[in-house]
Amino acid sequence: MNFAFTEDQDSLRDVVRSFMDAKSTEEDVRTLMDTESGYDPAVWAQMGGELGLPGLHIPEEFGGQGYGFVELGIVFEEMGRRLLCAPYFATVALAANAILNAGTQDEKAALLPGIASGETIGALAFTEANGRWDADGITMVAKGSGSDWTLDGEKMFVIDGHNADVIVVVARTEGSSGEDGISFFTVAGDAAGLTRTPLATMDQTRKQARLEFKGVKATPLGAPGAGWAALSKTLDQAAVCLSNEMVGGAQFVLDMSVEYAKVRVQFGRPIGSFQAIKHKCADMLLEVESAKSAAYYSAWAAAEDNEELPVVASLSKAYCSDAYFHSTAENIQIHGGIGFTWEHPAHLYFKRAKSSEILLGDATYHRELLAQRIGI
Amino acid sequence: MDFRDSPAEAEFRDEVRTWLSEHLVGEFAELGGRGGPADERGWETRIEWERTLGRDRWVGCSWPVEYGGRGLDFSQQVIFNEEYAKANAPARVSFFGEGLFAPTLIAYGTDEQKRRFLPKIQSVDELWCQGYSEPNAGSDLSNVQTKAVLDGDEWVITGQKVWTTLAHRADWCFVVARTESGSQSHRGLSYLLVPMDQPGVEIRPLRQMTGSAEFNEVYFDEARTSADLVLGEVNDGWKVAMATLGFERGTAFLSQQLAFQRELAEIIGVAQKNGSNREATIRQELADSYIGVQIMKFNGMRMLTDLVKKGVLGPSSSIGKLFWSNWHRTLGERAMDVLGTDGLLVANEGNGAYELDEIHQIFMTSRAETIYAGASEIQRNIIGERVLGLPREPR
Repeated sequence: MNFAFTEDQDSLRDVVRSFMDAKSTEEDVRTLMDTESGYDPAVWAQMGGELGLPGLHIPEEFGGQGYGFVELGIVFEEMGRRLLCAPYFATVALAANAILNAGTQDEKAALLPGIASGETIGALAFTEANGRWDADGITMVAKGSGSDWTLDGEKMFVIDGHNADVIVVVARTEGSSGEDGISFFTVAGDAAGLTRTPLATMDQTRKQARLEFKGVKATPLGAPGAGWAALSKTLDQAAVCLSNEMVGGAQFVLDMSVEYAKVRVQFGRPIGSFQAIKHKCADMLLEVESAKSAAYYSAWAAAEDNEELPVVASLSKAYCSDAYFHSTAENIQIHGGIGFTWEHPAHLYFKRAKSSEILLGDATYHRELLAQRIGI
Repeated sequence: MDFRDSPAEAEFRDEVRTWLSEHLVGEFAELGGRGGPADERGWETRIEWERTLGRDRWVGCSWPVEYGGRGLDFSQQVIFNEEYAKANAPARVSFFGEGLFAPTLIAYGTDEQKRRFLPKIQSVDELWCQGYSEPNAGSDLSNVQTKAVLDGDEWVITGQKVWTTLAHRADWCFVVARTESGSQSHRGLSYLLVPMDQPGVEIRPLRQMTGSAEFNEVYFDEARTSADLVLGEVNDGWKVAMATLGFERGTAFLSQQLAFQRELAEIIGVAQKNGSNREATIRQELADSYIGVQIMKFNGMRMLTDLVKKGVLGPSSSIGKLFWSNWHRTLGERAMDVLGTDGLLVANEGNGAYELDEIHQIFMTSRAETIYAGASEIQRNIIGERVLGLPREPR
């Protein structure tokens, strides 16, 4: 038994942390969150070119580096620390995983090298206006046969949907319901009949779009009708990635709180000497450390692709969502009035925590999913 | 990162499993996961079970080989504890001797002291209790008022200890006493080893909210012990006492989650039987408890990895104590939610006794767990000051 990162993994963390410290400063985040696209193409190009981050866990035969989810988790954690504004989660955690899980060998060979190199930005369009994260939430019907399919309808809350070059769309075959009939397709970002509208997001550091499909020609990804297992696995893997991202942010706000509690003086004492504040920080540490344990373990289960993955993915998403939100909320409280201002970064993490909690299903949703998965 | 056993670990696990399957049979097996220091049912059988363990050096298995132990490393200790829990073997009555006193003795005792006491702890011929808390020294432990003065070649001890688990069964007590007259706080204390069977020691049981009485008050009225039965230096006992607390908060919790898992599974079973598992709130609560016990396992594995690397657990063990005690307390409350109106009644019917079934036991004993071995508030101070480096409270 060994629950530690290897030296190589620690080096990867160092490299990514240095990059994020340099390229995703608070100032960068504030600049990008005010833009419609929400990312810096120059930074994205460096992530793809020099660092090879989009291809990190994509197999070498498809142009990637062939690492696994433990390494990917490290990258997400470091991005979460700095609230990186980039279509990395949409491209790698969602689109690339969907293609890896659903696609045929030929489809993977056609789609993945562009993603691995950073040239192709991807998105996964599965959520609809009903806001559900399960199979029943997918109501968009795909009509067609063979390689000739057409999509009509609307997808909502599509992360980086307006930035994507290739959109993986989840729809269902006519007359199907529940987990039957779930199908994957790919559509080019500029496809005829597709209207993409950027949405006004509560968390400005991660952009979303509404996608309207009117007679859009779509290419099947895998066999239409048999996609639920691949989608379910993709959502579990994405939940693992998001959990690791949340852990990075949670540690960052804990550090912020502790530093402030050491230097802020009231009643002639640093506020961190008062148990009211000290105990809040202690509880935050307990939650952040526990969230790390869950996130890292779930990354290992994803890397091993073992039978534990569905359970630990839901476990991790539920726990990390609560821990991250609680940390960011306490961070505001510990900072007092200054923590409530627009100028202070506390609200950026608070909003990212809430949006991350909701995306892919909130803690309540995942606890119920977990209850089903362990047979309560 | 790899959560599977190494070949050597797998081999050791197999050895433990085989031993347990051969010895945990008959009346020993019937004891089930019973007990812990605060449960006296099946006492004689449990003593006999622990003697069986001791004969094959599984009591004291972490001690150095020269003192009769097996010299198990941290990973092996955890594997032993895991297999012990999986086999549903009874919790130990000799915990205070084996788990708390012995490691302190090994760290601070003289060779002579080790050879005097360790063999009888291993053979379970001598049981120990812990003389720490006093009426005015609870969380503020250094406010100990029990005094000891030298009279020729003996210490004469006078004072009162409280919450002393199993004092009425123990042969010896490790006592923190003030040996420097007029000293205050953590200075001037010594760690004395005092025999319990003597005229100067009076034990009065304290009945707990559970109805049973494993706790005691211990009154020392000129009790005596030999001058050489002091662990560490005279007047420098605080660090020895703290070392014991370190063991108390120490590695045992790394595998504790296995017993908790079994409790949760039983509660889920009750919910499935009485249909409360169909209620959304109950489902949320049980799933959350499941998440907690799994995280306890993951945290334990991370801490063990750290322990193997660094050799000490340090103040981060406070995170473990805080986590498990709160988790278990919440489990007790949720178990009562699952019981519903069945929770209004205790096990016995009309015989006048107050006997608790397992769920009521969890519900009530867990209220003590956030208090003993350093209350949650003390753990948060330790985490805040020694892990996060926050300033101490002015005193």
